[in-house]
Amino acid sequence: MLAHETSPLKQTPLHALHLARGAKMVPFAGYDMPVQYTAGVLKEHLHTRKDAGLFDVSHMGQLVLKAKSGKVGDAALALEKLVPQDIVGIAPGRQRYAQFTNDDGGLLDDLMVANFGDHLFLVVNAACKAEDEAHLRAHLSDTCEIVSLANRALIALQGPKAESALAQLCADVSSMKFMDAGPRRVADIDCFVSRSGYTGEDGFEISVPADKAEALVTALLDNPDVLPIGLGARDSLRLEAGLCLYGHDIDTTTTPVEGALEWSMQKVRRSGGARAGGFLGADKILTQFAQGASRRRVGLRPDGRAPVREGAPLFADAASTEQIGKVTSGGFGPSLNAPVAMGYLPTSLSAVGTTVFAEVRGQRLPLKVAATPFVPNTYKR
Amino acid sequence: MTTLYTSDHEWLRIEGDVATIGITDYAQSQLGDVVFVELPKVGRSLKKAEAAAVVESVKAASDVYAPITGEVIEVNEALAAEPALVNSDAGGKAWFFKLKIADKGELGGLMDEAAYAAHTA
Repeated sequence: MLAHETSPLKQTPLHALHLARGAKMVPFAGYDMPVQYTAGVLKEHLHTRKDAGLFDVSHMGQLVLKAKSGKVGDAALALEKLVPQDIVGIAPGRQRYAQFTNDDGGLLDDLMVANFGDHLFLVVNAACKAEDEAHLRAHLSDTCEIVSLANRALIALQGPKAESALAQLCADVSSMKFMDAGPRRVADIDCFVSRSGYTGEDGFEISVPADKAEALVTALLDNPDVLPIGLGARDSLRLEAGLCLYGHDIDTTTTPVEGALEWSMQKVRRSGGARAGGFLGADKILTQFAQGASRRRVGLRPDGRAPVREGAPLFADAASTEQIGKVTSGGFGPSLNAPVAMGYLPTSLSAVGTTVFAEVRGQRLPLKVAATPFVPNTYKR
Repeated sequence: MTTLYTSDHEWLRIEGDVATIGITDYAQSQLGDVVFVELPKVGRSLKKAEAAAVVESVKAASDVYAPITGEVIEVNEALAAEPALVNSDAGGKAWFFKLKIADKGELGGLMDEAAYAAHTA
């Protein structure tokens, strides 16, 4: 936090609305962001799982990638040099999860990529957005235009009542399925809507021009089912959903294989596929894909009620002095009413049901390797 | 019976040579929903300013320090079963532990209610 004292924090287009709604603001990725509102993290979390929660995620980066040829397929082929995913195969109106890799097979960021018909629409993490844009320009400028959509806000509407709430402002959304994405008129505003999110719940992300963001959010919050939700509950929701937080659960030192993200690498990019490799770090990642990596990201359920938090060292037994891994995210899962965590373990100890120990305040606490998501997701497939 | 406060937002209720210790309502409101409390072992000798207990919200863990030197003579087991008591009754049912006061002179450095109110204003 000290680093932020020298440079003023940026504000999203919804900053005044957060303050008016009683948000407690904290610095996050250079922005002054709501960590919670008056309801508090626990109630905000449970409300999102039961009804609907609205999140300001305008700090995230929104980018357009457009091929100079005008063909979206050329932009997709270009982007495939930087991610191990099948981008060419994303149909118009669809979206996919991806990661930017580096030469060592590590991850520079994770992102969402949507095919908007004549161009790709990318959503990247706030803390990485400047580097991501520079990375795209450095590698793809010869064939593509890269446009940062800095004048747009991004909001997420998540939970079982997200569809009914959004359908009051845009009839189209009810027919959308998980990972559908594209331009929609919402409350007479030109938006980009995707049926996706970061909570494990059904829901939407809505990109809206900055000067219309407050009007749209106010209209959504007029619905009694919808409450504003801060970053605190966003983190506990994504953790229960087993979703990675970039910079914590994955980073430049973790490969997609170590990060247990093989599912996100489609067959066409794997060894033997029609467009195998060809992305940064492919040799290492495809070798690991075939032979396995020495460590692996796993879900962890502490036995007791004590949360085991990020940074806690992991051990094979209660007495061993040799650290075997580390917790990368951990806290309390309000829907489970129990602590949950994820972290890295030697692959030999990564099977579901394996007991390991975390050191917390000088004590060894047992945890079991558990399948993720911890809370079943409710995506509308 | 006197109630005293620390600048770390703990309260002490002094009855004879026993101090009952908890966190203030201001502290619980800053922490948010409490989901876990770890208490010291009965019989443990605590030095002033030593970490004695832990209170955890969904977001973060915070230490509760021994505001004075003394031996732990009782802990509030109800908090382990119902950590949310800290939010609903911080100044009452949600006491953390009782200390046998080693040195009453240490009480002189603590705040009374008026001083604490000014501290949090």
